[in-house]
Amino acid sequence: MAHIGLFDIVGPIMVGPSSSHTAGAVRLGLAASRILGERVQRAQIFLHGSFAATYWGHRTDVAVIAGLLGMGMADPEIPRAFELAEQAGLIYSFQSTDLGDVHPNSVRMKVWGSHEMVDLIGASIGGGRINIYSIDGFDVSVDGSYSVLITRHRDEPGIIAEITRVLALYNINIAFLDVSRKVRGLDALLIAQTDDPIPKEAVEHVLQLRGVMAVRNLPCF
Amino acid sequence: MEISSAVQLQELCSSKKKALPEIIAEYEAFRASKTTEQVRKDMAQILAVMRSSVEEGIKDKGEYAHIVKGYGVRVKDAIGQGKLLGDGLLQKVILYSLAVAQHNASLGRIVACPTAGSCGVVPGALLPIAEELGSTNDELIDALFVMGGVGIVSASQGPISGAEGGCQAECGVASAMAAGAITYLAGGTNEAVFDAASLALQSHLGLVCDPIASLVEVPCVTRNATSAVNAIVASNMVLAGIPAVVPFDETVAAMKAVGRAMPETLRETSQGGLAVTPTGRRIFKEMRRKYSLEN
Repeated sequence: MAHIGLFDIVGPIMVGPSSSHTAGAVRLGLAASRILGERVQRAQIFLHGSFAATYWGHRTDVAVIAGLLGMGMADPEIPRAFELAEQAGLIYSFQSTDLGDVHPNSVRMKVWGSHEMVDLIGASIGGGRINIYSIDGFDVSVDGSYSVLITRHRDEPGIIAEITRVLALYNINIAFLDVSRKVRGLDALLIAQTDDPIPKEAVEHVLQLRGVMAVRNLPCF
Repeated sequence: MEISSAVQLQELCSSKKKALPEIIAEYEAFRASKTTEQVRKDMAQILAVMRSSVEEGIKDKGEYAHIVKGYGVRVKDAIGQGKLLGDGLLQKVILYSLAVAQHNASLGRIVACPTAGSCGVVPGALLPIAEELGSTNDELIDALFVMGGVGIVSASQGPISGAEGGCQAECGVASAMAAGAITYLAGGTNEAVFDAASLALQSHLGLVCDPIASLVEVPCVTRNATSAVNAIVASNMVLAGIPAVVPFDETVAAMKAVGRAMPETLRETSQGGLAVTPTGRRIFKEMRRKYSLEN
């Protein structure tokens, strides 16, 4: 703990009342909408553990919806999120759930846009910081502090080398790289967290690679 | 560049022959790969939000809060009617700290400092003092860096959450940060800054985190006011030459040890203290009935 951030102690600037149950929840919702990459039209929210027990007191439900609408944790419109969701035609439901032996402030979010659907699980880990640890059933670790490239591709030799070669071509430095799959030879997932923002051309270039089926680009938030 | 204790931070200041705010700004610039100008801009933004949280909090009727309703409004009205004891400064400290904490409870925008639950302490103590001293924005931003330095020193050696250390780690640390900042604004030396921080924290040792119904409302909001006033008392004692006796680093270590000795029921679990009084239990039951997800 030698390098504590000044603005981790003096901050964050956020809408109350709780950094983990409100501010972190907004960021989890925002992460879901950013990963989906389009306007969220429908959402099923499953609250786990401490989130399920105290959501009403810290307005975790309002906060998640605010995030799904694209708000950040300091947005003064957060209290009006339910009303704004209705105006935007966002249909949502909340349930409590047991996700097993995971962080007590965890939430599973299944969100739908007009083209895509994403199913993710994340946790609010304190002070407004978050960690998305599952996307579409793949184990990941995304905290929003880096730009992220997520690819769905065939689990074949050489594909990861091709993807990272494209990133290098655009002079993008990879800070963290995770690859994951469920069954050998089928669908696989790559998550590259980068120091530099990923331009559209790079995303399109990756999408043209043989064996790559889908690409998502998540700017830091 | 590293900050690990108050002693080491003060040595850093003397070896580099630089003032405390400058060292803290350089530390953050180094740590986050930013310029010190950018870091000062970020701190100016913190100050702006602290001020807006006071202004908004004074008007906040608590629409989105469950128990705590319009505490800022009430104090403002009472001051206007001449009902309150003490001088203008004391009344303003109570007003500002309650306003910000009330605003937090009611989904208002605040600066967590060091936590959302203790967000009223620093603006509540520092802004009225700055207004009384006629401090400039730049002086106030310097004081915020000092305040952050006290916070970093504390966080590097002890807990900063009610779940780990009880309320002493939230309102107690906030009070220490505020005491350091106002002592700096009043012209105190680096040693005086950390003595005031130490005294402020010493008065919070053992303070438990026992929120009713897991809300950041009772007793959190009113504790913000007492912790803000406590910061000024600590600062005044030091300015009068009263020593902290136990230095800040040792007080933080004591706070950490006390936190470890505290049963879990008294660390943000709402299973002890005020949360389990007949009134605390009754409020919890009412809330649970009203908001059950299983309905």
